[in-house]
Amino acid sequence: MRRSKTLRVVGLLALVGIAATVWLGLFVTPNAVGFPDGLVRLLYIHPPMAWVAFLAYGMAFLSSLLYLWPRTRDPRFDRLAGASAEVGVVFTGLTLVTGSLWGRPTWGVWWTWDPLLTTTALLFVLYLGYLALRRVPGEPEAVARRSAIAALIAFVDVPVVYFSVDWWRSLHQPQTLNFTGRHLFVHGIMAWTMLLGFVAFTLAYAWLTAHRYRLAGLAAKAEEEGLAVALHERRSEARVLV
Amino acid sequence: MWHDALLVAGKDLRIELRSRVALNQVVPFAAAVILLFGLALGPDRSVLAPAAAGLFWIAVLLSCVLATQRSFSLEVADGTRDSLRLSGLDPAGIFLGKTAAVIVQLLVLEAVLSVGVAILYGARLGGGAVLVAACLAATVGLASVGIVYGAVASGLRVRETLLPLLFLPVAAPVLLGATKAWDEALSGSPSGGLGWLSLLAAFAVVYVAIGVVVFGPLLEDS
Amino acid sequence: MAPAVRLREAVALSGRFPLLAGVSLEVAAGEVALVRGPNGAGKTSLLRLCAGLVPLHSGEAVVLGHDLARDRWAVRRRVGLLGHHGFLYDELTVEENLRYSLRAAGIEPSAAIPAAARLGLVGRLGATQVGRLSAGQRRRTALAVLVARDPELWLLDEPHAGLDQEARDLLDGLVLDARARGRTILLCSHEHERAVALSDRVVDLAGGRSVGEPAHVA
Repeated sequence: MRRSKTLRVVGLLALVGIAATVWLGLFVTPNAVGFPDGLVRLLYIHPPMAWVAFLAYGMAFLSSLLYLWPRTRDPRFDRLAGASAEVGVVFTGLTLVTGSLWGRPTWGVWWTWDPLLTTTALLFVLYLGYLALRRVPGEPEAVARRSAIAALIAFVDVPVVYFSVDWWRSLHQPQTLNFTGRHLFVHGIMAWTMLLGFVAFTLAYAWLTAHRYRLAGLAAKAEEEGLAVALHERRSEARVLV
Repeated sequence: MWHDALLVAGKDLRIELRSRVALNQVVPFAAAVILLFGLALGPDRSVLAPAAAGLFWIAVLLSCVLATQRSFSLEVADGTRDSLRLSGLDPAGIFLGKTAAVIVQLLVLEAVLSVGVAILYGARLGGGAVLVAACLAATVGLASVGIVYGAVASGLRVRETLLPLLFLPVAAPVLLGATKAWDEALSGSPSGGLGWLSLLAAFAVVYVAIGVVVFGPLLEDS
Repeated sequence: MAPAVRLREAVALSGRFPLLAGVSLEVAAGEVALVRGPNGAGKTSLLRLCAGLVPLHSGEAVVLGHDLARDRWAVRRRVGLLGHHGFLYDELTVEENLRYSLRAAGIEPSAAIPAAARLGLVGRLGATQVGRLSAGQRRRTALAVLVARDPELWLLDEPHAGLDQEARDLLDGLVLDARARGRTILLCSHEHERAVALSDRVVDLAGGRSVGEPAHVA
């Protein structure tokens, strides 16, 4: 699978998009009222990263489902799931870091138990578990199947975690800490920049995942070729002994 | 399927009766955890008593990991799961049977542990019905997730480290729900825990269903 | 009549390692076939393939009418594998193990009694936990399970190993009885003379491949 032209375009657009977001975010958009100077600029990258983290997980879940379903069983879906998860874990980590950075100057704490952020933290651990499972050696089919099942179980858990944490928080203090920007009146250039951020990071996710997927495909091909060699060596054992 | 489940549950529990691993090892482990929490958080009852529910359930979660590992290590004689696959048993039945056996063991453990928590942390065990209901619902959920992940990890050489990593995050909602339900019961307003009970019940139903469906394919990895 | 076991260039993998690199053999129903070969030739893997435990990578494999490429799960109920490990639970007694295995296979547990008697596992021995038995006694217990289940295809992996003289004679008798009842038996053994005397046909394995055509033993 040669590097396609579309992929190159996507990558370029992603790069340009991110650069534009950063520039707009840092220099063009105004400071927000009531927020520490400059902090609101995280708004342009934090929600997009969170979106990608969940998108990547959703893709991994979907691919796992498709892999498990007998009619659509194809090792390519398994490779896609793995690729998406690897990209996703990076974005999840970044989401947690930017979320933490937001909290510190605003409320003086490194961590708030905000439902979305807590769910993201749990997502991070779930990702790590999934990736650890994928690394355990075994027959490709067996690895694919058990990883897909693990992804299924974990993904079903994510909304449950969100609702329970949300409920848990609502029992204690009223929601003053909120990351989804609901309490921030976003308009004009700020809205456009945030939108650009979403688009740019989604493109970046697509580009990274496509390349990781391609890499996985090449590795599988190398394994297949290795098999022919292994078969030959195995058979030649007979000649040595006889 | 039910016949096979009963057979497997009976076999697992009989083995437990003979070997007493859960009784001699897992229960003391849980007791040690409770004790160590006490040491870590200080002798001040006013700190420990409010935290009693959470600490109790963390101890239960950790014990569930051990109980599930034991459930599979008694099957894996030479590193394979051949015996389960060759037995002719329905995989869904094996899942239900093993889960049931772990549930029984955990319930016994929880009974012992609640006494420990009452003594060590000064928690007053009121609101009995909610406490028991929470234990039942939470344990079903924990055991089913544990057995499914136990099957994923068993037979792998890294199973001891992989199983907790896979299990604990997924068990987080159960920890939350059970702790909150117990908090409500212990603080004298058990009806507040009803909402959490329904969360626990829903979780249990979902994961038992998942386990029944995926256990067959899971056993196939040699 | 269709053969009980038919393999053509069967390849089975474990990860990337080829356990079997092209095995071809045919065993008719009611025959005893001996699989011979040096250590590491793939004899155990061959038996496990026929039990439906190992997936088929390529080639053809039909056991008791089931195509292993598509449906290896159904074959497990109809075969009995006697492996290096007995698949027994150490904490349960001989009797309990027998009854459990029979119930799991959907057979009346009362069939355990004659089988145990046949293998000399009676009296106090029957009520002993398997973990406390010697290796030979454990072998006998595993054999008793096999005899009680009486599957259509018997897969015996080095059955003579660890048995004393008396038990070996007993085992040979069991194999011949099974054959007389129309069961098919595939066994691998290093006990050359004894095994050849039992068999109708011999297959040689080396480097994961079958060598030459299966030879009939006079």
